[in-house]
Order: sequence, then C-alpha cells, then structure tokens
Amino acid sequence: MEFLRNLLDKQKPLFQKGGKLENLYYLYEAGETFLFSPKHTTGPRGAQVKDAIDLKRMMITVVIAMIPCLLFGIYNTGHMHFLAVGEEASFGDKFILGLTLVLPIVIVSYAAGGLVEATFAVIRKHPINEGFLVTGMLIPLVVPATTPLWQVALATVFAVVIAKEVFGGTGMNILNVAMTARAFLYFAYPAQISGDQVWTYLGDKVPIDGFSGATALAVAYQSGQEGVNAVSNLGSHNSAVMEGMFSFSNMFLGFIPGSIGETSTLMVLLGAAILLFTGVASWKIMVSAFGGAYIMAAVMQLLAVNEYMALPAHYHLVMGGIAFGIVFMATDPVSAAQTESGKWVYGLLIGVLTIIIRVTNPAYPEGIMLAVLFMNVFAPLIDHYVVKANKKRRLQRATV
Amino acid sequence: MSKQIKLKKGFDIRLVGKAEKKIGNFQPVKTFAIKPTDFIGMQRPKVLVKEGDSVKAGTPILFDKKMEKVQYVAPVSGEIVEIKRGEKRKLLEIKILADTEIDFESFEKFNEADIQAASREKIVDHLAVTGVWPQLIQRPYGIVANPEEEPKAIFISGFDTHPLAPDYDFLLKGQSNYFQLGINVLQKLTKGKVNLGLSADHKSEELSNIKGTEINHFSGPHPSGNVGVHIHHISPINKGEVVWTINPYGVVQIGKLFANGIYDASKLIAIAGSETKSPLYAQTYIGSCVDSFVAGNTKTEKVRVISGNVLTGEKINRDGYVGFYQHQITIIPEGDYYEFLGWMKPTAEKLSYHKALGLLSFLFPKKEYALDSNARGEERAFVQTGVFESVTPMDIYPVYLLKAIMAEDFDEMEELGIYEVVEEDLALCEFVDVSKHPVQEIVRKGIELIQYS
Repeated sequence: MEFLRNLLDKQKPLFQKGGKLENLYYLYEAGETFLFSPKHTTGPRGAQVKDAIDLKRMMITVVIAMIPCLLFGIYNTGHMHFLAVGEEASFGDKFILGLTLVLPIVIVSYAAGGLVEATFAVIRKHPINEGFLVTGMLIPLVVPATTPLWQVALATVFAVVIAKEVFGGTGMNILNVAMTARAFLYFAYPAQISGDQVWTYLGDKVPIDGFSGATALAVAYQSGQEGVNAVSNLGSHNSAVMEGMFSFSNMFLGFIPGSIGETSTLMVLLGAAILLFTGVASWKIMVSAFGGAYIMAAVMQLLAVNEYMALPAHYHLVMGGIAFGIVFMATDPVSAAQTESGKWVYGLLIGVLTIIIRVTNPAYPEGIMLAVLFMNVFAPLIDHYVVKANKKRRLQRATV
Repeated sequence: MSKQIKLKKGFDIRLVGKAEKKIGNFQPVKTFAIKPTDFIGMQRPKVLVKEGDSVKAGTPILFDKKMEKVQYVAPVSGEIVEIKRGEKRKLLEIKILADTEIDFESFEKFNEADIQAASREKIVDHLAVTGVWPQLIQRPYGIVANPEEEPKAIFISGFDTHPLAPDYDFLLKGQSNYFQLGINVLQKLTKGKVNLGLSADHKSEELSNIKGTEINHFSGPHPSGNVGVHIHHISPINKGEVVWTINPYGVVQIGKLFANGIYDASKLIAIAGSETKSPLYAQTYIGSCVDSFVAGNTKTEKVRVISGNVLTGEKINRDGYVGFYQHQITIIPEGDYYEFLGWMKPTAEKLSYHKALGLLSFLFPKKEYALDSNARGEERAFVQTGVFESVTPMDIYPVYLLKAIMAEDFDEMEELGIYEVVEEDLALCEFVDVSKHPVQEIVRKGIELIQYS
C-alpha cells in the first residue's frame, strides 16, 4: 500500500492549484479517496470525533444489496434463453450466456454515467458524488437483457444530466435517477422495452413451438380482456416450454421473463433484508408500499368487474417489477419523503398507485415506474404538510 | 409538579479513558487565562488591566461594551503576564501568572435572611460586579444573560451525558449547602420556577434534596443531560421568551460568593480520553493552563487536547487553557493519517451509530472506543434521512432547520425552532452525519442571523 500511497503523493502536485492538470483535480481526488480515506481531521470547534460512516460506505451497501438480484438476473437471462429455444444447458452455460449479455449493459451504464459525473465535476468544480455507484447498477437491473447498448448509454446520460445534474447533483435531485432512465427508454424507445418479444434473448435461434415471451402481467391483463380466470390462465401459460412458469411460487422465485434484475421476488427480499438490517433504507417505506399495494389489490379483487381485477392480491406482489421498485427505487432517500411520518404516506401511495395503474390503465401493464416517479414529485408536498404540522404545534404552544 | 421524562432518542458515545473519581497529584498550575472567545455573543470586549498589573481573585479584568454592567474577573490572584491578541487585534487571552497563595477581593456577605430581604436589583448588581454573572446563560442564543432582562424560568441540568463527562456528584461533593444558597439567590431572579433536571438512571447524592426547585428526572441516552432538551420538555421557549440556564458549578459559585464574600473560582476538572495515562480529576481554578495535566501524562506524542468533551469541545494547544465553562479536558489521538480502502473496510474499532456494510460496532454495545480526530470522509450534500431525528429527543426537524439556516430563511428558522437549540443540542447530528456537515457551526450561524437581525 505504501507504493500506491507514494505514487498518489507524487502525482498530487500535478493536480493541485498551479499544477498542469489543475482542472482535473476532482478526478484525481475521486481516485485518491477511493483508494485511501483522506487524512482530514475535524475542525478546532465542534465534534472532534466522527462516526465511521460516510457516503461511500452507505452507497456501497446498497450496491451489495443489489448483488443477489444481479447474479440471479445473469443466470435467469441465460436460463430463459435456453428454455425458449428448447435446449438443455448446464448452469455454467446459462450463467456465461447471461454474463455476456448483462455485463456489457452494466459496463456501459457505469461508463456513460461516470463520464457525465466526471465531466460535471470538472466543469462545476465539485467532488465526484458516490450516488452514481447505485444508479449505475440500478439502471441495468431494470432494463431487458436485449436492450441495445446505445440505448442504455443514452438513457443513462439523459437521466444523470436531466434528473440529477441540472438540479445540482446527488442529494439535490427530485426524481429517482434510475427510474428516470427507465421512463426515458419506455417513452423514447417503447419497441425495445415493452411487448412480448423483448424479455427473452433468442439470439439467432428460433424459439420452440408454442413459446410465448409475454410477461406475467401481460398474461393477466389478457385474461381480463378475454374473460378467462387469470390464475388458471397464468398457470397454463407457456406450458410448451415450462410447466407452471407463472405459478405463484415460480414467480416468487423469479424464473420468468422480465427485466434483468427484477424477476425474482426472493432475491429482492434478500436485498431488502440487507438494506433493512443495515438501516440504509427506510423500513417504513417498504412496509407501507407493500401494504398499500396489497390493500389496493384486495380492494380491486373485491370490486372486480373483470378477471384481471379478480386476480388474488398476493399475485400482484410477485408479478412485474413492484418488489424491486419498492425496495430499491422507492426507498432512495433523496427522492423519497424525508420526514418519518411522511414516509408512511409516501410508501402507501406508491403501493396503491402501482396497482391502480396496473389494473385500470390499459396502456401500461406495469405501474411501479410511474408510481415511483409520480410520488417522487409529490414527496416534497407530503413533507411540507408534515413539517407544517410541526410548525403549528410550535405556534400553538406559544399561545398557551 | 415534578416530572419523569423518558427519552429514547439519542446515542451514547462510549469512549476509553473515563476519569477515575480521584484527585490526581499534578504539578501546580502556574498560569490561568480568561478567553473572551469563550463568551459567545461578546461583541466588544474591553480589557481593564495592563500587562504587569497585579490582580486579586475577583478583580475585574474585562467587560463587554455592549453589556457594561457585567464584569469578567480574574479567577486567581497574581500578575497579568500577557494580553494576547490575534488577527485584527482580536482579543484572545488574558493570562495571569498565579500567586502561590490566592488573595481574594472581599465582597459583601449574605445569610439566608439577607438574601430573602434583598431586592432583585441588588442581587443582580451584586452578581454582575463580582464576576459570577457570566455563569448565567440566556436562551435563546446561548449567550451570557442580559441583567436588564427577567427570564420566564431558570433551568439547571444536574448531570452531564456527554462522552467522558465528569461525574457531577464528584465535582460538587460536599458543596450542596452552597448549591442550596445559590438556588435561593436564583429564585430572586425570576418570577417563574427554578428547574433542576436530574438523571433518572443515577440518583444524585448531592442534588436530590435541594429545596426551592422543581426537580424533574430524565432518563435515556445522550443528550438527555442537555439543559436545552430539559427546557424543550418542561417549558419550551417560544419567540419573544427568555430562559436562563446555569451549570451547577455556577450555582455553587454564587452560593460561595454570598456565603463567604469571595469570588471562588476553584474547580475540579476531569482529565479524560484514551491517550491519557492516568485519567483522573484535577483540582484547579477557572481558566487553568493544561500543561501540568498533559505533560508526561499522554501515551503518545501525536495527540489532540480538547477543552471540553469530544462532541462540543474545542481543540487547544498542549499549553492551552481550559474553557471558562468546561469541566473536563479530553485527550485523543490525532487522526491525520490515510487509510487504505478505509471507506469499506469492516471495522469494530471505529464507533458508528449506523450499521452500514462493515460497521460492526453495533455488535458491541458496551464496548468503549478509542476514537481519533479523523474526519472519516468528506462533506457531501444531505442524502440519508431520518437519522438526525433519531438522535434528537425534541420535536424538531433538524435537517429542515439546517437547510433553512443555509438558505438564510428567517421565517423558516423561527418556525422550525431555532430559538430552542444551541450547538450542543444538535452536536450528535454532527457526529452521526453521513454527509459530514459542520452542524454546530451552521446552528451558530443561524442563531447569529436571528440574533442580529
């Protein structure tokens, strides 16, 4: 380590004021502080010791929490491919195929976003923010494995610039950056991120007869249109490739088509366990969002006028990206409600809205994306009223 | 009506090096200093003495031109050896070389009946000229109280929950009669109540039987001992209201003044911290130089000496002076080192309120830590939410308040409770902050904005 430290110290004057590469100081600093925690000490007045946490550690915790989803997503990408083309393949083959598809997306996402971050850091002369560690991983997990790489890059650049940097960078943004990237893709290039054809990678192979690439939500929606029982329709769907693909238990496990990281509710819950145990994400948001979704789905079931609405409420929690969205997107502390009571309302409404959008809006089979973005916009309003109540308590006290 | 208040929010920073309840045999302290910078809100300090003058304990040496009535006096008798000024001739220290035998100015003596008979005005004047007045702190703002005002109540916290804080029972041992007399004096200053907050977890031997006060008990982690927290739960400060606070030491000092007719600045201070060879108490006077306590008493040479505790204290030199209001010095390792991948290394050696990846201190809730002064990361925008609230046992939204201060939004600051806090009340936020904001500095900036607007 001595060697690295010496190397850094040797280069430092180049980047410091008056050095040749003075403009790139924050790039140097990002590298240096990544390798070595800085030797700054606390100021002469105030807290003389500090908690061991910093933003880097908090962000890396979230990245770690996403790893189960990532690994499962890589495997599932390969698994779905071989299932669709009707070939037997080993675990390794599936994983390697998945890797060749997913890894480039992850790399492109980090590279594109990192470049934007670095550019802004240099121009605006501020340190590179760690928030992108999380965003860069989130974006690959919410797109299909077949997404063209240039679209991944474009969406990432768009989201980082428009959703984050124009507001002043990490901590200042209103919308969740990764969700913005996905929304951008959804509206700009719907052909590559919706429908039945994009979720399973086929390559140059032909799928076996009777294969359907539809997602569970699309099947459930179709049941509503056709007036057949949604559960049995889901149960018998795609029996040509796999018996019971859309059974509740299989959807919970995640061996289904979908975006890379969101298919497995189990893996999402594993990530949720990490986030909750480490206290990095708000349990209030998770509980209230899942609760809100379940309650709303149950209400839908109660008021059912078609077979889709009659779908049992617990199915909604394992279909589509709702679990992933709630655990990793809704809990983003910057774009979520920031007051503790506000978090209950915020989470609850995300759950409720997701189901409403899913069930009643024919144009978007999945509602979590729009629900999170919508509530991101409303979070400051919720907080406003919570804080206003606090101010009011203080004023009322004055009169007694 | 005495109250029992259970506080859950907060965090105890457990450190190595708590002072043993014994008085150490330190070398006699030679010099003492009064630092005008200790008196927050002092605007135009004027020195009344010159280098070479001799003073007695209780001789006025300083006053604030904005509040001329209040005298700041010499803690010991001796010779003024240096009047130290900094940039723009800012007054930093008035140093006194102490006599071996302390010579006191003599003031009028009072017995209990005299105190009862005296007018409020007479008491105020007596407190102001004898040097004990600066012990009275005004809230809002946390500045030396204004003798022209009358507070709605007076608050005293009888315990300290800061890291490695001294034990008040030990500091006040055998002085409860003076404390009682001091309370009698304080009662004359306000039509409201004199409130004494005691710990519900450790019964106070010296203060439990004090009369003439409303005793409330507080339990829970730090900051349950902060007087600001007590005020918030007993009689919160609203716009336009004034409350005074005083440390038990100040109450005893007032008691001694009225009983014995002298300005007695003798005090015990705790010499604590992980780098201290023998953490003990030291018998000295206000404004004591720390060299006698530090020299030869540190485990290593690379240490930081703090006047006060690690949360709210001030870094001083090895031959610096203990702050006017402090009852402890803390010696910790200086943390100016690089750490390879320090931001993700698992650690149980560094204390954290959080449990994020690799922060294992939560597994050892009783362990005592040896923390150094490393800043543990760089300053960032606010990201994590809900943490400040969880260490602030008050109905206040600290992040919103801090943002209002940063935006210099006066109405918001008022509405969000700037009158109810001083630095120490939000000091824990500064410790636990993921984004490493200088919270206490921001709070003071907000208070000054409001105060001088």
